Parts: sequence; structure tokens; C-alpha cells
Amino acid sequence: MTLDQKTHDELVEIAGRYPEKRSGLLPMLHLVQSVEGRVTPEGIETCAEIIGISPAEVSGVATFYTMYKRRPVGDHLVGVCTNTLCAVMGGDAIFETLKSHLDVGNDETTEDGTITLEHVECNAACDYAPVMMVNWEFMDNMTPASAVQLVDDLRVGKEVTSTRGPRLCTWREAERVLAGFPDGRVDEGPAAGAASLVGLEIAAERGWTAPATQASGAADGAPKTSDDPVAESARVEQESPTDTTAAEKKEAK
Amino acid sequence: MVDTLTPVLTKNWGQDRAWTLPAYEAQGGYKALEKALSMAPDDLITAVKESGLRGRGGAGFPTGMKWSFIPQDNPKPKYLVVNADESEPGTCKDIPLMMASPHTLVEGVIISSFAIRANKAFIYIRGEVLHVIRRVQAAVAEAYAAGHLGTDIHGSGYDLDIVVHAGAGAYICGEETALLEGLEGRRGQPRLRPPFPAVAGLYASPTVINNVESIASVPSIVANGPEWFSSMGTEKSKGFGIFSLSGHVNRPGQYEAPLGITLRELIDLAGGIREGHQLKFWTPGGSSTPLLTDEHLDLPLDFESMGAAGTMLGTRALQLFDETTCVVRAVLRWTEFYKHESCGKCTPCREGTWWLVQTLAALEQGKGRESDLDLLLDQCENILGRSFCALGDGATSPISSSVKFFRDEYLAHLTHGGCPFDAAASTAFSPAGASV
Ligand SMILES: Cc1cc2nc3c(=O)[nH]c(=O)nc-3n(C[C@H](O)[C@H](O)[C@H](O)COP(=O)(O)O)c2cc1C
Ligand code: SF4
Ligand code: FES
Repeated sequence: MTLDQKTHDELVEIAGRYPEKRSGLLPMLHLVQSVEGRVTPEGIETCAEIIGISPAEVSGVATFYTMYKRRPVGDHLVGVCTNTLCAVMGGDAIFETLKSHLDVGNDETTEDGTITLEHVECNAACDYAPVMMVNWEFMDNMTPASAVQLVDDLRVGKEVTSTRGPRLCTWREAERVLAGFPDGRVDEGPAAGAASLVGLEIAAERGWTAPATQASGAADGAPKTSDDPVAESARVEQESPTDTTAAEKKEAK
Repeated sequence: MVDTLTPVLTKNWGQDRAWTLPAYEAQGGYKALEKALSMAPDDLITAVKESGLRGRGGAGFPTGMKWSFIPQDNPKPKYLVVNADESEPGTCKDIPLMMASPHTLVEGVIISSFAIRANKAFIYIRGEVLHVIRRVQAAVAEAYAAGHLGTDIHGSGYDLDIVVHAGAGAYICGEETALLEGLEGRRGQPRLRPPFPAVAGLYASPTVINNVESIASVPSIVANGPEWFSSMGTEKSKGFGIFSLSGHVNRPGQYEAPLGITLRELIDLAGGIREGHQLKFWTPGGSSTPLLTDEHLDLPLDFESMGAAGTMLGTRALQLFDETTCVVRAVLRWTEFYKHESCGKCTPCREGTWWLVQTLAALEQGKGRESDLDLLLDQCENILGRSFCALGDGATSPISSSVKFFRDEYLAHLTHGGCPFDAAASTAFSPAGASV
């Protein structure tokens, strides 16, 4: 079975966003998943043909990234963060509860095909721990009980809303947005969740602000950086933790 | 005296529909762009240099200097790539920024691209944050419609296109050269440096890669001047930054403050460690930055002080753990993460992280013996300094620092024949002291 014409055209469109077509591969594979429910051999071949590389190369990329699935995913991809902070705050307990409640293991799908359960790594929401993700929308401050309620609601097709986002769509619909095709839900949900605003609220209560703007003008008074960028960079690299590996630092000495 | 908290980037997060263009413009948004377009690009680079802004993605490299490394006589196109991969465990500042005020980032991208003379910019966002991606996509579309993007921006003759690119799940793609591989449609494995991206980055062209928060700070520097920015912070760590508190604290969340604030001050603002408990250990800037303990509460959170304490400021991801938390369990879980995320390119990290997990898991189950602790440190030494990129080095940080501070706790697992802690007591919903 090959992909339909519309999908083919959209894949071409994605590749066309970039100076070099191959750059479109990651979003293209997201689109394949939205249509096929996983990364299929047909999807791989179509991407390869559009970009002009071999299917083996596309396959090599698809297997590198955890969001690409080889096995069919359920209507909803439910993730529980079990990286350290969330695990300690209750993510481990939530994941155990869901495994037995849904009677599935990690990366498995319920018999009715509604839910695929997996544990996920830190999803940049640690201030809302323990965190779950449904189709990559945030479900914050979860408990084992609220997690069970959530999956039960999803299974019977009830409308569920992200705790700091929009109404949940399906995993396939989400993958389409990741491919760069908006779904019109951008204006749902708040600007920020409660934890994102705590510092701001304290500052407001106490009247704290950044300094008032000084008259802009010549940059005198500011600490002068050295005029020799190379020497200056060497100094900074030495003094500060950078991306340099420990090995590179040793070499520089 | 500068105030304890200094909301700049977070300032508009509470506003109604803060993510939309009208809301952003109502609070002065895109005025800095107007000003920047009237300046010479080199003067913008100088302003950012003089502000003292250092990269907010963890490394702390001076941003203006990075921009000045772009060889302007190189005939190839120049590119700006925003690193929005935010995946370092504990780090959670760029994601709320892009969700609440994506236009702050977009305005920063336009100004920064103009400064380095790029006509194409990419925002590489980790794929696992759907609503954040929606908001950034929409902000870029609004900016085009308003003439802030596209051709002849504000009648200046300057053209810029932005592509919003969703990643697909790989921590290593936060490493800047692995990110470029991902953006070129390849497996995200780091590249050999040199050449550095400034000389040969995306498509072997001169490329600046900056963190979201670094780029989002640029409009405020342009609007208020470099002296304003450098009036905040410490001697060599200038300006403000978002500090992210998580874990066993009463009010976890985002606190924007001058660099150099202490954890004691931040915990006070956050209402203290949860009721009836004490701080045990914490990360200053994500799991790759060596752990600290309650002895380090009064150290200024800036690049120099953290370096002097044997750790790093990193991403200011302050993960706080109280005395109910088993440090061995915490470290094992991070180590499993590094093993999972190792890209496999180099042997010390690929094999080394596997061995680290084996040794740690045995210790955690009380199965090893005391000499295994030395074996563990040995294994760390074989990774640190021998890995191809900083992921391998980072994997050793939680281990060596936790053995340094909590050796006895490792040994207790051996005498106890397993973990002596009750994991249920650490949870947010435990009767022992939940914050909600
Ligand atoms: C394993 C690894 C993961 C990283 N992840 C990120 C990340 O998610 N976001 C980020 O901005 N920088 C990350 N970095 C640092 C980047 O390589 C790079 O230094 C940074 O994006 C430069 O931007 P800045 O100078 O504005 O901080 C990571 C580095 C390593 C070694
Ligand atoms: S250190 Fe690890 S992540 Fe980095 S290149 Fe080597 S194997 Fe890959
Ligand atoms: S550890 Fe779970 S979101 Fe960061």
C-alpha cells in the first residue's frame, strides 16, 4: 500500500521548507506517523524517494529517535515521566499503578487499542512533578488516582483537557501538528500554569522589578571585553564550564 | 540595590493571551526590533558583548563574542539556529517561556539574525511539547503577517525567514553539533570540532547556535542598553536568569533573578522545604552538574562560584531533594537516562554508561561490596575526559559527587541488603508531607 497523493504532496511541501530537502526528514516522519499510525516501510520509501536518499538511510534515522514508533500506537500515547525528579515525587508509583490498571507493560498497547503506555524522560516540566504526557500535552501534578481517572476517561472517549493546555487530540492528530500543519487549538489553554508564575507573583507582591531603564547612550561604564576575540575566548573557555569536554580542556592546558 | 527578583522575560507571562501578537505589542513588543534595524549590525554585536550576556543553555559562553566569530567575509549564507531542545533533566524554563511569550523569542531571533547577517533562522524545538510548538508556529505566522518577518522587514531592506522545526526525541540533540545533524535530517550524533559551527555549521555554513533564553534576552538588552543588563548580576556573571525550582519545596516554579542569588534566598521565597523536612542534596543546573548539599546554600548561583565549588551553574535547574530521598536511587535513575541517551558514537560513553548502570544497580540492591564503590569511581574516570562530547562527562557528575558526599549511604545499602529508604515517603502525595 502506498501513501495517498495528499500525503505525498504534503511530504514534498515539508521538504521544500528547507534549503536542503533532507532537513525535512524529521517532520516528514512525523507526518508519516500521523497518516500511518507508525513509521511504515511505505512511509520510509516515500520519504527516501522525495529526498533522494536510500530507504536504509531513512530507516537509520527513524530508529535513532524515540518518538518514531515501529509498532502501531493506540489512539492515545500516555507517558509517565520517570526521570529522577518526577520518579521521586511519585512518577514511579503512578507508572506502576497504570501498568497494572491497564494490564500492559512499558511501550505496550491496551487490547482495545485505545492506549499505548510508556515511561518518558524529563519533559521540561519538573516544577509540576509528577508529570504525565498525553499525546505530548502536559498533565501536571498527577497522583495515582488522577492518573487512573485520566486513562479511564480517555478509554471511553470522554473529552479531556490538558492541565495547562488545550483539549486533547489523538496521537495521530498531534503528529500532524509536529509535522508543521497547525490544528487551530493554539489559543486554547492559559499562557502559563501556576508554577510558572510563582516568582512573578512574589515580585508583584513585594514591588520588585528589574531596574528602571537608564538613558541609553555610549557604552561607557560597561565592563570592556578584550579586543582580541581569540585570546578572550580561550580565557573564557578556561574559566567557565563550557561545552568543551574534559578532554579538550586538558589538551588546551 | 537591585531587587531580589527581576522579572523581565517572565514579566508578561500572567497577561491575558500573552502569546498573541496584540498582547505582546501592547506591552512594547517589537519596539526593540525597530531600534535594532536602525543600528549597524556590528554595533548590535558590540552591545550584546558589552552587556556581558553569557549563554543560558548551560555552557555560559559569551553570546556577543560567539556572534563576532561569524566570518562575515565568508560568501556562504549565515544561519541562526535556536536550541529549544530543553531536555537536560531538571531544566524547565525555555518551555514555559515559549508557551507564554513566543514573541519574545521571535523578536530575539529577528534581531540576532540581523546582527549576524543571517537571512534564515531555525527554531529547533524538542518534539515532545505539542502546545509549545503550536504557540511558536502561530507566533511566527503572526510575525510574518505583521511584516516583522519576510522580505524588507519594516522597510529596512532586510529579509528573514524562520522555520519552526520539531525534533523527535533525543537528549543528545541538545548538544549543538548533534542538533545540526538532526536539523540536516540525520542521526543526532555530535560532530568533531573544530571546525566550530561559527565557521562550518549548518550545511557547512557559518552558524550561530544559541539557547532560547539567550536569544530571548536580546530584545531587552537592545531596548534598555547593555549597562542596564550588566547592572544586574555579579562581576563576571551579568544580568538576570530564570531559576527553576523543583522537588521538595513548598512553591516549586520559575523565579527570575539576577545571577548570584543564593539557593537559601530562593528556598525562602519558595516557602521553604516541605513541612517537617530538610534539604539533603540538589543540582545547581541539571543532572549533569555535580550535586551539592545543604552546606552550599549560601553560595552565589553564578558561573564562577559554582565552578569554585566543583560544580557548574548549568541551566539553573535547581532540583531539590529532602532527607526522605535515597541518593543512590536518584543517581541510578539519572545514570539509566545517560545510558539510554548515549548516541553510541564513542566507546567510553556507550560502553561506560552501560557498566555504570550495572555497578550502580547492584549497589542499590545491596548486592555489591565496598570495593565496588572504587570500581564505580574508576569507571567514571575512564569516561570523564575520554568521551567525544560532554554527555559522557555529564554522566559521571551525579555519581562522583554523590559518592563524595554520601559514601556512607552507599555502604548502608550493602549492610542493609537493599535500599533502606521508603520511596513512598518522598512522593508529593505521601501523607508524610505533600505540598498540596
Ligand atoms: C548532552 C548535551 C545536551 C545539551 N542540551 C541543551 C539543550 O537542551 N538546550 C540548550 O540550549 N543547550 C544544550 N546544550 C548546550 C549546547 O550544546 C550549546 O552549548 C548551547 O545551545 C549554546 O547556546 P548558549 O550559548 O546560548 O547557551 C547541551 C549540551 C550537551 C553536551
Ligand atoms: S560521549 Fe556519548 S553521547 Fe557523546 S558522542 Fe560519545 S557516545 Fe555519543
Ligand atoms: S523530571 Fe519529570 S518533567 Fe523533569
